[in-house]
Amino acid sequence: MFVVAVMVLGIMFAACTNESGENEILEIKFWAMGREGEIVPELLKEFERENPGVRVMVQQVPWTAAHEKLLTAFAGDALPDVAQMGNTWISEFAALQAISSLDEMANTSSVIEEQDYFPGIWATNRIADSLYGLPWYVDTRLLFYRKDVLKAAGIGRPPRDWTEWMQAATAVKEHVGNNNFALFVPVNDFEMQVSLALQQGVPLLREGDRYGNFSSPELVAALDFYLDFFRKGLAPAASESAISNVWDEFARGYFTFYLTGPWNIGEFRRRLPADLQDDWMTAILPGPSGPGASTAGGSSLVVFQHSAHKELAFQLVEFLSRPEIQQQFYALSGNLPPRRASWRGDRLASDPYVAAFREQLERVLPAPKVPEWERIVQELRMVTERAVHEQWTAVETARELDSRIDRILEKRRWMLAREAGAES
Amino acid sequence: MKPSVAGWLFAGPALAIIAVFFFLPVLAALAISLTDFDIYALAELSNLRFVGFQNYIELLQRPLFWQALGNTLYFVVVGAPLSVLVSLAAALLLNGQMVRFKGFFRTALFAPVVTTIVAVAVIWRYLLHTRYGLINYSLDGLGLPVVDWLGDPHFSMPAIILFAVWKNFGYNMIILLAGLQAIPGDLYEAARIDGANAWQRFFHVTLPSLVPSLFLVGVLTMAGYFQLFAEPYVMTQGGPVQSTLSIIYLMYEEGFKWWSLGSASAVAFILFVFMIVAAVGQLMVMRRYGSGV
Repeated sequence: MFVVAVMVLGIMFAACTNESGENEILEIKFWAMGREGEIVPELLKEFERENPGVRVMVQQVPWTAAHEKLLTAFAGDALPDVAQMGNTWISEFAALQAISSLDEMANTSSVIEEQDYFPGIWATNRIADSLYGLPWYVDTRLLFYRKDVLKAAGIGRPPRDWTEWMQAATAVKEHVGNNNFALFVPVNDFEMQVSLALQQGVPLLREGDRYGNFSSPELVAALDFYLDFFRKGLAPAASESAISNVWDEFARGYFTFYLTGPWNIGEFRRRLPADLQDDWMTAILPGPSGPGASTAGGSSLVVFQHSAHKELAFQLVEFLSRPEIQQQFYALSGNLPPRRASWRGDRLASDPYVAAFREQLERVLPAPKVPEWERIVQELRMVTERAVHEQWTAVETARELDSRIDRILEKRRWMLAREAGAES
Repeated sequence: MKPSVAGWLFAGPALAIIAVFFFLPVLAALAISLTDFDIYALAELSNLRFVGFQNYIELLQRPLFWQALGNTLYFVVVGAPLSVLVSLAAALLLNGQMVRFKGFFRTALFAPVVTTIVAVAVIWRYLLHTRYGLINYSLDGLGLPVVDWLGDPHFSMPAIILFAVWKNFGYNMIILLAGLQAIPGDLYEAARIDGANAWQRFFHVTLPSLVPSLFLVGVLTMAGYFQLFAEPYVMTQGGPVQSTLSIIYLMYEEGFKWWSLGSASAVAFILFVFMIVAAVGQLMVMRRYGSGV
């Protein structure tokens, strides 16, 4: 028995020394979420060719489990070197000191040019004047609409501001009748509410992100505008799963405006009937007075604090930030690139459906960058869903929302007060 | 060596393991439930505050907690008796004199227990699909209205109960079958000679003899059903409109989604109290029923 064990050990040793002696293989661990995790190995072949001796181990993580996997991995000290991360999570992981500040490396990089990125997207990655992630792709919400229905309802062009939007919706509703609607926005979603609130130009949280600010007149107005669509019967109080097949319903004319994100461009092309392909278009989100802002969503690439190969990890981030690689990434996934240079590629420059996204991306705004934000938007979603069902006024909705937000931010207030106490 | 010392020595290793892997974690969880452990505390332990019973008070004021509790009780009150009844019916059928291929049926009915929940959840999602599912296809064939099983808040929990009962009843069936086979044949014979019909034999011979097994099965099922988690996790993610959010699911979300370990531990202890109360209540009912016959 002992002899066998010694032999096995001996063989293992020989194998190890052999490997490290002749050509050392460096492994970079990279966590990518959902569909991106399936696609990215294709792009990384080029990176491995450019960097012999480096192997990127891609771990696919499903989106539904991504956030808790990252947190659990942090608690268990099992984080990878690089990861893709929803950009609203960055403040949380920066607060945990789990991710590395990238200022120095980004400043000296020949690939990364801050001016080339859409400012709203770049801003989501800056926490307290430090850069913690590099935008990988962007996600924002705007209007998909039926050109033919709009025309038939007597509306010449998509709405540019709130008044026009409400008028257009009312005209469409009159035209399509009782069993159809003007707008579909999933009632259990939060993106539209956040976008409308951001458009008002006042902070969503007040006093240094210590309290909710939804009771301010501007944000009450935004909530009121949102709730109006449901009150006037212009939008169905339905979730996406209740609609079950949004593309069929869009084709059938159940709704004319649909507030959704870039992934639906591909879905619309694939799933809408051929005779409808010329009848839909995308339009920038209307604002209170003229074209408005939308949310700066999407994913960033982060390098973890404990990584033993930070330089190499950053090289991987740089590689994925190259415009030509981002164009390839777009071709494979349909994810919109965060850099203007990447948008000059043929596929993106000539596509009429993404043109509105290109315009929208110049005016996206980051959500408040507090670690509690993810929790806050879940409350926002639940409160507004209830407000729709129970016919709350905007003021009541705002009050309930603020009280829930204030409760969530209690710990933050305590921490900030303690910090202030320690400094003085 | 005194016999008691020898006894402790023999029980020692097992007790040590229970202490380290059960009592210690429970005490730690109790301690954590009195603090506001969250991601800030995860980053830096000095951010931890002792908050007394604040977590418990806040939980009791949260509508979502009551909804989760209501959902869990719904699942336990409807699902657990249903599961025991189905198990009992299956066990009685398998124990019948006329049944052929007993081994085959026993294995077939037990099979769902040993299958992976994620794999069968995929199949059940197809069965329950609103437009292409076999269940709605049958309902439609019978002229009944179709149901959006996993999308309608009123039907999501019944769908989960159906799934859970199907998945679990085989286990109890085996225990009850063993109980049935342990009932001496001469009791039935004597009852028959006294002129008892099949129903009377069932109520006066089978059921009283099964009380210990039924009690065991009842407690195990109830304890298991209070811990509803995997079924909604793989089928509905707690939705729609939190209609399948169970207490354990809430605890999981608090603990691992938001990393509020303080309030997650508080949820665990409230559930613990509920389960003890329910088990003691069941014990008392069974005692009375068992001694009354």
